[in-house]
Amino acid sequence: MSNSAEAGGTPARSPRERFPLLTLIFERFLLSLVLLFAVSVLIFAGVEALPGDFASTYLGQSATPETIANIRAELGLDRPVVTRYFDWLGGVVQGDFGTSWASRNSVSEQVGKRLGNSLFLAGFAAIIAVPLAICLGMLSVHFRDRMPDKIINVISLAAISLPEFFIGYLLILYFAVNFGIATFPATVYEGMGFLERIQTIALPTATLVLVVLAHMMRMTRAAILSVMSSAYMETAELKGLSSWRAIVKHAAPNALAPIINVVALNLAYLVVGVVVVEVVFVYPGMGQYMVDAVTVRDMPVVQACGLIFAAVYILLNMLADILAIVANPRLRHPR
Amino acid sequence: MNDFTKYLAGRVTAGGMNRREFMGRAMAAGLTLTAAGNLFATSAAAQTPKKGGTLKLGLEGGAATDSIDPAKATSQVMFAAVRSWGDTLVETHPQTRAPIPSLAESWAPSADAKTWTFKIRKGVQFHDGKEMTTDDVVATLKRHSDSKTESGAAGVMKSITSIENKGGDLVVTLDSGNADLPAIFTDYHLVIQPNGGIDKPTAGVGTGPYKVKSFEPGVRMTFEKNPNDWRSDRGYVDSVEIITMNDATARIAALSSGQVQFINRVDPKTVPLLTRASTVQLLTTSGGGHYVFIMHCDKAPFDNNDLRMALKYAIDREEMVKRILGGYGKVGNDFPINDTYALFPEGIEQRSYDPDKAAFHYKKSGHSGSVLLRTSEVAFPGAVDASVLFQQSAKKAGIDIEIKREPGDGYWSNVWNVQPFSASYWGSRATQDQFYSGAYLSTADWNDTRFKNETFDKLLISARGELDEKKRKDMYREMAMLVRDEGGTILPMFNDFVNAGTKKLMGYVSDIGNDMSNGYVASRVWFDA
Repeated sequence: MSNSAEAGGTPARSPRERFPLLTLIFERFLLSLVLLFAVSVLIFAGVEALPGDFASTYLGQSATPETIANIRAELGLDRPVVTRYFDWLGGVVQGDFGTSWASRNSVSEQVGKRLGNSLFLAGFAAIIAVPLAICLGMLSVHFRDRMPDKIINVISLAAISLPEFFIGYLLILYFAVNFGIATFPATVYEGMGFLERIQTIALPTATLVLVVLAHMMRMTRAAILSVMSSAYMETAELKGLSSWRAIVKHAAPNALAPIINVVALNLAYLVVGVVVVEVVFVYPGMGQYMVDAVTVRDMPVVQACGLIFAAVYILLNMLADILAIVANPRLRHPR
Repeated sequence: MNDFTKYLAGRVTAGGMNRREFMGRAMAAGLTLTAAGNLFATSAAAQTPKKGGTLKLGLEGGAATDSIDPAKATSQVMFAAVRSWGDTLVETHPQTRAPIPSLAESWAPSADAKTWTFKIRKGVQFHDGKEMTTDDVVATLKRHSDSKTESGAAGVMKSITSIENKGGDLVVTLDSGNADLPAIFTDYHLVIQPNGGIDKPTAGVGTGPYKVKSFEPGVRMTFEKNPNDWRSDRGYVDSVEIITMNDATARIAALSSGQVQFINRVDPKTVPLLTRASTVQLLTTSGGGHYVFIMHCDKAPFDNNDLRMALKYAIDREEMVKRILGGYGKVGNDFPINDTYALFPEGIEQRSYDPDKAAFHYKKSGHSGSVLLRTSEVAFPGAVDASVLFQQSAKKAGIDIEIKREPGDGYWSNVWNVQPFSASYWGSRATQDQFYSGAYLSTADWNDTRFKNETFDKLLISARGELDEKKRKDMYREMAMLVRDEGGTILPMFNDFVNAGTKKLMGYVSDIGNDMSNGYVASRVWFDA
């Protein structure tokens, strides 16, 4: 509240004050466009700064000066950097991400498939990990400092301390090689049935759940614990609510904001940060796709992947902020 | 029959060993000559290929950037793929590497080896049902050699001046004589496509034993049997699936759990663990690929041959083969050719680790202070360890090598072929001529040691046009000696191709031409039910 409004007495409300949520979404939307633009410049400059260009890295030891020159001429790599950037930008503004320099396939089509795969895996991991983490968090508050709390803590800490590829290898060793009950490699492809797909991604999903579980669980626990000492929790206890009901009905809703934030961060990680898990399980996701493209400096693909990754981060963070406002009546109904 | 000879017999039955190798090893194990000969015959006779089944290959070296266009095929995965769906004019013999007919039935050079006439096989159908003609062959070769080409084979095709269809025969003219032209046509980029693949380079239509069914770059490629294959001695399995697996542990897990039947690039360090699984067999082949430390002969301090010699004597080759390759390799002799090449010059004295000679040459060179060696994990597997081993063995000769570890990304553009002393590797080439022309001729594109020697250049050119094999072999000996004693290459080891398969996989041929049975693994193997 500004001082002038209070002094004037008449609350002449600006749209910003009347529709805080809509304004926020609108502002964030504009800001994210600017951010995406900045990201595209950064990635372009970054790949440009890497040693070697597409023509020389792609053919490697079998290249000759003539073939390199031919490829450069065909792709227009001999033009100035700025021209090439704006050429690319012009296409993207019209929704055209161009074709991959290496495979000569449409980037949008390829990215579509890979993004679909990434979202599928991330989605399944999230469906299992988020409720599980929050439940375990509430459980460990319920049993705080007693045996179940300690067990949950130790196991989840152990899982987060192990590198994800190691967890992956352990799961492969026991469930695929020794017991032979899980599918490996987790390569999904077109024309695979839904059930078959779920079966195929069981191991990478389990790995990802173990990796993200601890972070969310511990944040839930800490956030709830911090409201447990407030007066209304004491009231809830005094009016005879069971400890579990008090946690679920009174403590958890008030601890939502930080939990939502950490969940959003982990979801973003599940989509954009799992290249190692993709490689270990031979899963055709976005991460591997982008790494392959960077290796040979396949600019249109790198740019498209970079933008999508940035967009996922921005979107999930925006969503987290909006949900935090929705979850908090004080922000939802500003005076 | 003791266990070892049983093992040897098994390898013959599986097609992995030729007679010479078998006899040598069986007799070393204490068998008499006749006994060994009989054993070879019975084991080889047991080998009647069975048809059917799905072959799954888990291969390293694929990426989302792979293209099915053979001109752009560079990765291991695309190499094996191209060999499965396409045919070249000429193939190489798996054990001698001599050119043998494929889509070309026969060939003959002119007396100066400048003009070559190839008879093209008749009655061969492409996957799309069209009959292959000499015009298709001409168009294919032109696409890989014209001035607009972006082909990986452009380098080896450079000397071709004209490609013509003369009355149904293919006539190729070169700018100078080349006795190795048939060997050049074994290059996997040069698979014959309908109209040369000009209309649709990525169609994946060829004359090979398998038709491309689906292709997701960097993920998976599937093939089905070509029912109209012109050859009956290949393509035994019904369908083939290549899965790109760039993680070494993932490949091993997939093989030992039986989800794939063949994997490539087994890390020598993991071989003992892998062979512990009773269902797995190791498939190794010697190859012409090698790991090197390269010095620029025209840059100080490496412009001094005594310093180069000192460093060549200061490396412990045996130790490197043992530690870096886990024994799966052969020692090198400072020239890039070994017995996997036709016309290999035998009997050149093996250079070995000799700290005294190293110290002698080092003193004579007058160099003082350390020499800077740049290395990186990407230079070759174990390159950083190998550099440290080199540093330690050189230290005993009083030579101080300083190691600088470079980042992997950009190593091939910023360090290799740029810095005066670095670690690197080379794959095998079809012929000695191709190798020397690509990396040792004064004007070569990739002369990464800056080796400029007039005598060598002259020998290379005249050996190229020489049709008399004996004379040629003598010239190659002379060239090898020049590179070995004056060049900038320190060549500690040739690496074997280490692959692995399930025990049910039969018919694997240890082809010295290249990795994965020279890429033909899918068309050569079959399953023992």
